[in-house]
Amino acid sequence: MEALLAIVIGVLYASGVYMLMRRSIVKLIIGLALLAHGASLLVFTAAGLTRAVPPVIPYGEKAVTAVADPLPQALILTAIVISFGVQAFAMVLAYRAYQTVGTDDLDDMKATDT
Amino acid sequence: MIFAVLSGFVLALLAPTLYRLSARWSGAVFSVFPAILAFYFLSHMEAVAGGAAYRVTYPWMPAMGLELSFNLDGLGLLFALAITVVGTLIITYAGSYLHGHPSLPRFYLFILMFMASMLGVVLSDNLIALFIFWELTSITSYFLIGFEHDKDTARAAALQALLVTGGGGLALMAGVLLMGQIGGTFEISALAADNAALQGHRLYPLVLALVLAGAFTKSAQVPFHFWLPSAMEAPTPVSAYLHSATMVKAGVYLLARLSPVLGGSDIWLYVVTGFGAATMLASAYQALYQTDLKKILAYSTVSVLGTLTMLIGLGDKLAIKAAMVFLMAHVLYKAALFLVAGSIDHETGTRDIRHLGGLRKTMPIICAGAGVGALSMAGLPPFFGFVGKEALYEAVTHGNLPVTVVAVLTSMLLFAVAWLAGIRPFSGAETHTPKHPHDPPWTMWLGPVFLGCLSVLFGFVPVLPESLLSAAASSVLGKEVHMHLALWHGFNALLVLSLVTFGLGALVYWQLETIKRVTEFALPAVRRGPSHWYALWLRFLNWSAVGQTRVLQNGYLRLYLATIMTVTAVLAWYTFLTYGDVAVVAMDWGDIGVHEWVVGLVALVGAIATVRAQTFLRAVMALGVVGYSVALIFVLYGAPDLAMTQFLIETLSLILFVFVFYYMPPFKRFSSRVVIARHAVIGTAVGAFFTLLVLVATSVQWHPTISTYFSENSYLMGQGRNIVNVILVDFRGFDTLGEITVLAVAGIGVYSLIRLRLGKGRGS
Repeated sequence: MEALLAIVIGVLYASGVYMLMRRSIVKLIIGLALLAHGASLLVFTAAGLTRAVPPVIPYGEKAVTAVADPLPQALILTAIVISFGVQAFAMVLAYRAYQTVGTDDLDDMKATDT
Repeated sequence: MIFAVLSGFVLALLAPTLYRLSARWSGAVFSVFPAILAFYFLSHMEAVAGGAAYRVTYPWMPAMGLELSFNLDGLGLLFALAITVVGTLIITYAGSYLHGHPSLPRFYLFILMFMASMLGVVLSDNLIALFIFWELTSITSYFLIGFEHDKDTARAAALQALLVTGGGGLALMAGVLLMGQIGGTFEISALAADNAALQGHRLYPLVLALVLAGAFTKSAQVPFHFWLPSAMEAPTPVSAYLHSATMVKAGVYLLARLSPVLGGSDIWLYVVTGFGAATMLASAYQALYQTDLKKILAYSTVSVLGTLTMLIGLGDKLAIKAAMVFLMAHVLYKAALFLVAGSIDHETGTRDIRHLGGLRKTMPIICAGAGVGALSMAGLPPFFGFVGKEALYEAVTHGNLPVTVVAVLTSMLLFAVAWLAGIRPFSGAETHTPKHPHDPPWTMWLGPVFLGCLSVLFGFVPVLPESLLSAAASSVLGKEVHMHLALWHGFNALLVLSLVTFGLGALVYWQLETIKRVTEFALPAVRRGPSHWYALWLRFLNWSAVGQTRVLQNGYLRLYLATIMTVTAVLAWYTFLTYGDVAVVAMDWGDIGVHEWVVGLVALVGAIATVRAQTFLRAVMALGVVGYSVALIFVLYGAPDLAMTQFLIETLSLILFVFVFYYMPPFKRFSSRVVIARHAVIGTAVGAFFTLLVLVATSVQWHPTISTYFSENSYLMGQGRNIVNVILVDFRGFDTLGEITVLAVAGIGVYSLIRLRLGKGRGS
């Protein structure tokens, strides 16, 4: 499965980077979202995959081995939430900029005066 | 001694506050400090003159071999006394000269800071510390020249001084570092003890060139001399202090201090002597053409700096002795003349010698101070300037013919210049000036009169400064020397030479207009040349900075990103292909189940569809497909928490996307095919590298995982069975706190952006 996921991650990064370089600010934000997915999967896959054993300690036991790695999961959980925060802020900012400037073309937003 | 140097900085910082307490007598109050320091240094006089050097060392960065070491020897003491004594007079003077000026507290701050830095320069034995103090003097000088910062010319002059001396400072830093590398220490005394290693090194010419660049820019040697006359934009006390008595002598000091380390070689002799001689003659000549009192004095100062440089370049016993005597004589008369010029300006409202005359009647005390200063500068007996000039002649006549000729010509010109600056404004008929002049308050005549008295006293009784000057010369030469100064040496060749100088000087002054007309042809070469190059160089710098900024800071996000991504991809691929082990990359397709294929391919298709979507809604839908596929992958590989969060967040952000962007117009096609292809290539290169990264990362394990710690201790220490949750809220609780804070900030940002109402009439 690593091989397939490696390709998925590669495509997510490629499309994310490509979208970041668009002139439309909406596409730029979509690019951010794609990059965030790619990054989550990158951390997830790079740490090693384990099928179907969540890192939960069953009742009656004090510790557990041979489960999915909990540490990358904790990191990714943080990353998902943070990237949502960033996207939400970027979206509203872009929208207000669009309202003010009247365009979503980044090249028209270079001047400091509106 | 560290207290003596560093207390100035503390006082400087307190100066604005102290000023409020004593605004009326601030000058006198602040001058107490340098006076105390002067007495402190005087108290060491006997020991230093006896040959003892007072040395203290404080570890600064011992790991790097840096020490804050101060060394009070003869040379240091001579300069320290010049700094503190003249400093006392200058600050007293400035209190009246700048009385009522709104920025006076700032002035005290900078001038005290300068004084402390200058003391640091002349007392540091460590080259790094010396360099830091050296740069501090450049910076404080910048602020003091630009003191009247609402004036264009003052700002330009300040910048010019800073760029020239700062550029030299950079060269000096390189020289200092090289010296430290070659010699293995930054202590000047240790380097001087073993100067053969340095002088025999193949980099010696480079070290010398760098150090000389620093010294020559600071001491305004040709061709860097132009900044000093421009610096006359500064208030007169600053010109008298920084640009005559102390700071510009830092270069001369450095040459003297390092002559045991770097001096004695043939290059040293020719280069230092050559530049010094060129400077002394060229600027004495230019001084004749000035009409501004301060500019006349500035050019004559440059000329004296050239003389000192030349003498240090000659480097033999007589020359070093002469340099010390000449230096002291110059400090005494030139600071006095500058203060006189300031008083004249203050009282009459002009500094133009063509409009000044007959001031002896209205300003008798100032006239007396000026007269003594001018006669000492002209080198007439019985003033100390005469002793200095005799010492100069003795040194050059033992040197060689060319320097003798240059020295006589320069003295001849300076004789005329002295008359021009110190005698002419007071003689002749009274002229009409913008203000009606009278003698200034005591604070403003104290300086010239005190220094004038010293010039007379030392002239009649030259035994007085003998021990100090001998000690100074000894520390430059590195061996004990004694000098015997006298006003009357008998009727000998030197006296004849002096008499000839006086005669020629008087002739120059008498026939000034004719001589100026006849020699005018040489003026453009010496005057316009270097400052013209400076202007050209500055324009080139500005031009290239503008061009470079326009290219690099072009304002196009996609170009920045393209640059960053390209560089990253190229470097990463290069590194991997050069040093990486391709063999560890194994692609195993055998273990993928059907459902996994489905999820993976859906994610792939979703990503591609997002990129290719023509309308906003399609793009968002495709993006949702990607997000849910990622959530499914989390489900498949034992991460239910992640999957739940991902589902929730993905749904939320889809809704938000649609809410916010629903009314946006359809995507327009902004970019050309070429640009799209270029970006696609960059994106593919980056993406392919990440694929590779994952494959490598999953096939190697360099360090044991730290996750087992969490698995084992989650229940025992964290009392929780869901390990991911325990990590988030317990083991890494502060990270989560940070995350929540980021979310809160983003939330506030979103809320305020939505509520933001831009002012009417702006958003059109």
